Amino acid sequence: MREPLLRLSNVETFYGPIRAIRGVSLDVHQGTIVAVLGANGAGKTTILKTISGVMDPLKGAVVFEGREIQGEDPDRIARAGIAHVPEGRETFPYLTVRQNLLMGAYARRDRAAVPGDLEMVYGYIPRLRDLSQRVAGSMSGGEQQMLAIGRALMSRPRLLLLDEPSLGLSPRLVGEVFELIRRLNGETGLTILVVEQNAGTALATCHFGFVLELGRIVMEDTCENLMAKDDIKEFYLGMKDEGVREGRRWKRRKTWR
Amino acid sequence: MSQVIQIFMSGLAEGCIYALVALGFVLIYKATEMVNFAQGDLMMLGAFVGYFLIVGLGANYWIALVGAVVIMAVFSYALDVFVLRRVIGQPQFAVVMLTIGLGFVFRAAASMIWGANPLAFVTPFTDGTTSIGGAPIPDVSLSIVAGTAVLCGLLFALFQYTPVGVAMQAASQNQLAAYYMGIPVKRIFALIWAISGGVAAVAGILLAPLTLIDTSIGFLGLKAFAAAVLGGFGSIPGALAGGIAIGLIEQFSGVYLMDGFKDIAAYVVLLLVLFVRPQGLFGAAARKRV
Repeated sequence: MREPLLRLSNVETFYGPIRAIRGVSLDVHQGTIVAVLGANGAGKTTILKTISGVMDPLKGAVVFEGREIQGEDPDRIARAGIAHVPEGRETFPYLTVRQNLLMGAYARRDRAAVPGDLEMVYGYIPRLRDLSQRVAGSMSGGEQQMLAIGRALMSRPRLLLLDEPSLGLSPRLVGEVFELIRRLNGETGLTILVVEQNAGTALATCHFGFVLELGRIVMEDTCENLMAKDDIKEFYLGMKDEGVREGRRWKRRKTWR
Repeated sequence: MSQVIQIFMSGLAEGCIYALVALGFVLIYKATEMVNFAQGDLMMLGAFVGYFLIVGLGANYWIALVGAVVIMAVFSYALDVFVLRRVIGQPQFAVVMLTIGLGFVFRAAASMIWGANPLAFVTPFTDGTTSIGGAPIPDVSLSIVAGTAVLCGLLFALFQYTPVGVAMQAASQNQLAAYYMGIPVKRIFALIWAISGGVAAVAGILLAPLTLIDTSIGFLGLKAFAAAVLGGFGSIPGALAGGIAIGLIEQFSGVYLMDGFKDIAAYVVLLLVLFVRPQGLFGAAARKRV
């Protein structure tokens, strides 16, 4: 097998005294969409923050394109080719859409290619062209999510990190966001690591999935296989054969415990 | 009528100085959420550096102006890199004490280097007057107003049209997202300190012919702080409007009201405005959304 684009090996990251991720190892291969699923507080966001350098791991290694990057400053990691679309979108609220997008390309050396990439982003997300002079803070959540993704694309990343892109969006918009993810991967071969609570949509889009619980990876498989598993169906997709939820919930244990 | 014009112009000039110092407060606060109580003392140092270049080295006024701006910008950049960057993340109280302490250090250093006696240097505007609407207006006042206008125009262009200026706005609005974009946030903040230092130098040199230069002119920063609060701390147009408003109020109340009102009128107005609009004239209430 080829070297993975990104490899986390045995990473442990702390919030003060609290160990948020406890020895996570995962590989992301070139050209795939990888999902990390898990409930609130499972440590999904911490994984992404550890990759992009906002948090530093106490143990373990983050290897991107064969180079260890853990502990580097986030702006250096961004320039190394990892773009992070943070949870809650985090646009620049008083800048226009166009200025936001250009900020995505701020750290690039090849300034000449920027106008072309702006067109590329407008091509993928035509609404941003119509809104290009709007101030980002005045737009809807879905528009801001699209803007945040577009802004990340402006850095021409080799790895795109998406943190809860469906957060706070209507089902229709969630569909649009994941359709965009699928197209970006399919048409440009962009490698995407997406973290989601919305397991159904994520599994339908991704190639490979990891299930995270209390800071540990408890399951990893192709998304197809994951979707077929009973545990996933019950605990993450909310599908159940019988209606007596309470009674069974306590008796049935997840197979990984 | 001509008296009103004269009072108006001197208030406007005084207000522009307040506005420039308030601008320094606001730029740094917006970016780093630090309140730099040494801003007035940076202005004082800028005036002394101008004195040194003009009287000490015999430089041309305009060259000295540019030179003082550059020197103060480099000084402020270094101040951020070596001192202030280290207190980021500490309680606000520590930052306040640190900048107040820096103010004391600057004043002490200035009086050691340049002595405690007031100094002056000759500018192209000293002693000249121009007639406006039949009223003789000192060229010094006009130079302050024009200098402030030009500087604000330059800053506006910088923030609006240059990539580094837009990056400064971006880093002020959302520091974390700026990091994610690969913007070197620490260097951007140091550059904002440099701009504040440069603005302070301009304010000091413009002010010099109006008063004399001594180590206490930095206390003008207190009124500029009031101006920044009046405008809504964190709003650049607010800082400018607040400074000019306080300058005008001071001059008019000094002439038309009883003795002593000149020094308190600005604060009375500040209190009244804050009663009605606690967020200040241009401030937005509760801007941060979760």
